[in-house]
Amino acid sequence: MADITKSRTDTPTLWVERVHPAVWALGLVMLFMPAFANGFWLFQVFGWTFILGMIALSLMFLAGYGGMVSLIQMTVAALGGYGVAILGPSGVAQISLGLPWWLYVPLAIAIAALFATLVGALAVRTEGIYTIMITLAMASAFFYFTRQNYGIFNGYSGFNLVVPPQLFGVDWRQPVPFYYLTLGCAALAYAAVVYVARSPFGLALQGTRDNPRRMAALGFNVTAHRIAAYTFAGAIAAVGGILLVWQNAQIAPGTAGLPAVFDILVIAVVGGLRRPSGAFVGAFIYVLLRTFSPDVLTAFGLSNERFKMLIGFGFLAMVVFSPDGVLGLWDRWRARAGRRDPLTGKERG
Amino acid sequence: MDGTNAMTSRLGAVSTGSALELRGVTKMFGALAAISDVTLTVRPGERRAVLGSNGAGKTTLFNCVTGDFLPTSGTIRLFGEDVTTFPAHERIRRGLRRTYQISLLFTGLSVADNVYLACRGVSRGRFSLLRPRRGDPLLTRSAELVEAVRLTAARDRLVSELSYGQQRQLEIALALAGAPRFILFDEPAAGLSPTERAELVAILTGLPSHIGFIIIEHDMDVALRVAESVTMMHNGRVFKEGTPAEIETDPEVQELYLGGGHG
Ligand SMILES: Nc1ncnc2c1ncn2[C@@H]1O[C@H](COP(=O)(O)OP(=O)(O)O)[C@@H](O)[C@H]1O
Ligand SMILES: [Mg+2]
Repeated sequence: MADITKSRTDTPTLWVERVHPAVWALGLVMLFMPAFANGFWLFQVFGWTFILGMIALSLMFLAGYGGMVSLIQMTVAALGGYGVAILGPSGVAQISLGLPWWLYVPLAIAIAALFATLVGALAVRTEGIYTIMITLAMASAFFYFTRQNYGIFNGYSGFNLVVPPQLFGVDWRQPVPFYYLTLGCAALAYAAVVYVARSPFGLALQGTRDNPRRMAALGFNVTAHRIAAYTFAGAIAAVGGILLVWQNAQIAPGTAGLPAVFDILVIAVVGGLRRPSGAFVGAFIYVLLRTFSPDVLTAFGLSNERFKMLIGFGFLAMVVFSPDGVLGLWDRWRARAGRRDPLTGKERG
Repeated sequence: MDGTNAMTSRLGAVSTGSALELRGVTKMFGALAAISDVTLTVRPGERRAVLGSNGAGKTTLFNCVTGDFLPTSGTIRLFGEDVTTFPAHERIRRGLRRTYQISLLFTGLSVADNVYLACRGVSRGRFSLLRPRRGDPLLTRSAELVEAVRLTAARDRLVSELSYGQQRQLEIALALAGAPRFILFDEPAAGLSPTERAELVAILTGLPSHIGFIIIEHDMDVALRVAESVTMMHNGRVFKEGTPAEIETDPEVQELYLGGGHG
């Protein structure tokens, strides 16, 4: 967990020196990815990974640091997406307001974060399975509401032609610009979560997860802290949702349908809830499966709808064998390898 | 009960306000009255020992005062303000502190981080998204507190790695954060070695004189060395109040302590 007092008092090193070399290498590969990956990989595989990773990251923040498993994160993301579709320009001219981007983007994030705050205010009074149930209930209520409401959400058909603004004369839906846009947002969201986890707010949130009664006895308003965590996570999910709408150029109720809601949970759990990077690892695995398993399945003469079964089995295997996700597996493998003699390969015990 | 009232009025006359004032506080757990009709006044700066056998309701009394539970009936005033229905954190921000009979610490955090959280809890910036910088006054204050409970050598150790005695010392450090005005110590000496007890007594007697406290303590030796007044509880009620000398020589107390089981 965080070491707020230690890292601040006796570390004369620069922060750049404390970053692991492997992280630098990964960062460099990410930065120069467009030099060796084609448009499909950049836009579809990596763009989608970063987007889903951000939404799963918002769940990781709530669940990992706050102990609150919220199923509302996909809905918050979708509301952010609806926000840009409704406030900005879209193909549904009779509803969309066509505000300028510098107004509709922050407004969409603010509205989604406010919604997350309200959901949080209801959900934080519950614990464990009840938090899951109440957020799931609100997620499905949102889904049915958007499907039936034509005045604001344009019902079943939703909004089409929702594209990013042509900022700096760049078409941000082209693979390379979109890759950098999503990479930049994901990196910022990741850095924000890592930084905030060791801020007083983040440390206190972890305190409310481990020992809420003591936190109150230290003067913390546990309820307010948990609600604020929903706001913070909501803002991250909203950015993910906006990018998702821009990627698909459309949004409809199904964007936040129950399958999508559960997918975020699956991604976060498969990646591992203990660390922010888990969200992106989970998203990458999910996107690879979604993208390539239909081809593999049809090659074996199976229906390509079976990919859902694959994902389901993967989830089941994770929950049973490694509740802390792929990153947990990785940690244990590293710990074992560390104990191994490099010459004989035998465990040193 | 006459003795109780005499004591209350005598102490009340010494200073204008009271630090803590309980009137008819009752806490029911189902049909069980863990405490019933407890009336108690403690002056600012007063040091009071609460004695009583296991199950007498001492911890429940603390839980009602700090707001860990709301009392079933009765009123609780803290420095003259009615806090009966206040949430715990509001009472803490008014200068009330407590320790727990069974340590309630952040075992996955270091000693220094535990104390830092305690300092942050009673100051501004609880929601700050900015990490503290080197030289942050709260970091300095945390280091002083760690020093005050003699844990400096263990400051970077995880709480889960501390000895039992060290965890008890950390419990006290958490209660001393900020500017405490009144502290509730729930059996701080239980399970400590004689040396650790001596250290505890030194910490308690070394507290600034404006800080009052109530200490729950079975060990008469510790209780009588740090307290100037004593409240005896029995079956959820206040049984006797008086000076240590009065309580020690009281025949009813003697009978209860020697006759009844105490743990
Ligand atoms: N949370 C609780 N739920 C139910 N009963 C409780 C609870 N806390 C305490 N009690 C009961 O209240 C009585 C007083 O307990 P307690 O205040 O812990 O006594 P003491 O601290 O004096 O040993 C006991 O009978 C105990 O079983
Ligand atoms: Mg007790």
